[in-house]
Amino acid sequence: MPKITYIEHSGKEHVVEAPNGQTVMEAAVKHAVPGIDADCGGACACATCHVYVDPEWLAKTGERSSMEDSMLDFANDVEDNSRLSCQIKVSDALDGLVVRLPKSQH
Amino acid sequence: MASGEINRVIVVGAGQGGGEAAQRLRQGGFAGDITLIGEEPSAPYQRPPLSKTYLKGELSMDRLLLRPKAVYAEENIAFLSPLKAVWIDRANKKVRVEGGRELPYDALVVATGARPRRLPLVGADLNGVHLFRTAADVDEIRPRFTPGAKLVVVGAGYIGLEVAAVARQCGLKVTVIETAVRPLARVTSPEVAGFFLDEHTRQGVRFVLGGQPALIRGEQHVTSVCLADGMEIDADLVIAGIGVTPETNLAQQCGLNVEDGIVTDRQCRTSDPAIFAIGDCARRQMVHYGERFARLESVHNAVEGAKIVAATILGQRHAEEAPWFWSDQYDLKLQIAGLFQGYDHVVFRGVMADRAFAAFYYKGDRLIAVDAVNRPAEYLGAKMLIQTNRTVAPSVLEDMSRPMKEIVAAAN
Repeated sequence: MPKITYIEHSGKEHVVEAPNGQTVMEAAVKHAVPGIDADCGGACACATCHVYVDPEWLAKTGERSSMEDSMLDFANDVEDNSRLSCQIKVSDALDGLVVRLPKSQH
Repeated sequence: MASGEINRVIVVGAGQGGGEAAQRLRQGGFAGDITLIGEEPSAPYQRPPLSKTYLKGELSMDRLLLRPKAVYAEENIAFLSPLKAVWIDRANKKVRVEGGRELPYDALVVATGARPRRLPLVGADLNGVHLFRTAADVDEIRPRFTPGAKLVVVGAGYIGLEVAAVARQCGLKVTVIETAVRPLARVTSPEVAGFFLDEHTRQGVRFVLGGQPALIRGEQHVTSVCLADGMEIDADLVIAGIGVTPETNLAQQCGLNVEDGIVTDRQCRTSDPAIFAIGDCARRQMVHYGERFARLESVHNAVEGAKIVAATILGQRHAEEAPWFWSDQYDLKLQIAGLFQGYDHVVFRGVMADRAFAAFYYKGDRLIAVDAVNRPAEYLGAKMLIQTNRTVAPSVLEDMSRPMKEIVAAAN
């Protein structure tokens, strides 16, 4: 199963095994990784699952959709590597993915 | 109540609100006992996908769960299910559950949700007549979602319309009966309701507006729905989406203040300071709407209640978000922020024909809500304005040449 590393803003790391087909958001929430709220459950409706994708993984995680782009436009501390983790699907190609969490989702 | 005095928290109700309350309390550093009591057998799960991706068969039950059941044990949360709480003994601070066992609490969170209204009709208990609230309801419905099957949806609220959309996408013949003269009458403006009516009509949904269901016919299985005016509509399947009743029996029995929902202050505290109420069953004073109390049926409200209660028990304060909600129908994403009730003026940004527009609701010069269809920036921008108690002139919002982000930044 692909492994994903979530790094909290404090630097604390969580390594989670995520089944293919789940989203990067779901894997975090199901393993109680703090710092990803994901109140809407992945409907791209709340913008509270913001993560920074480690630059070397950017190509593999793909492009933001226009809906995601608009949602992120209003999030705090958005960077070029910002994504909504509910829009990234886990696959074997993402085994080893590293994402960092922002200071706050609100 | 200082956090030091609270060592035992019981959460009654394991929907999204109850589940989140237990989880957030633990994640926030609460070291005492947490007991979560739920009537449904499964761990807390998300209800919004039930009328969307779960009904379509695109989402499995394990993905519907907020967290696997095992995580509750790992976090030292005693999750008791299926189990029904039957009595709250306020004097002795105990919850009695089915079987007679009594569990002591220092703080109690009532998150009992709501139950769907049944059709008050002869024939409502026939096979093929369904309520729509739980994963079990949908598990019964889904095998009957076969192409060509005749579905009658009673009620044109969000659940009814989302179910109708999925049904059309699955190839069913769909009729929606609504007693009001327009869909979404309780939840949005006539303009936005008209847009959704047109969209569903174009997608092949037949509407009977102002229709009064009188009788459901069938031997064992439903065969038709009869209306008061004599119209009869063939049906293989009937789904009732006619609203919910807050589950307040426990609260009423123990004498808490209940007025269509358990009444709470902004901290979700009921008329008993040791008891909190959150989610669909509660009526809370809304921080962004002055003196107004509201009972909201939404994920945001359930999660917000959980956050508020967890913060209050931990002796912290939670900065409340403006209410929000969403609905997915066909390729339309409707995103709502704020509470539109009491608006006196609506302003549009974008045009409906483009299937991407936003309706901004004003009370006087104050922006109080937005319905945004395929317009996430308008939704988030308006939400931010409402949350920070700011407003903008209608003419500014109507000017499509100004990006929403810039409008929000300039608002005061």
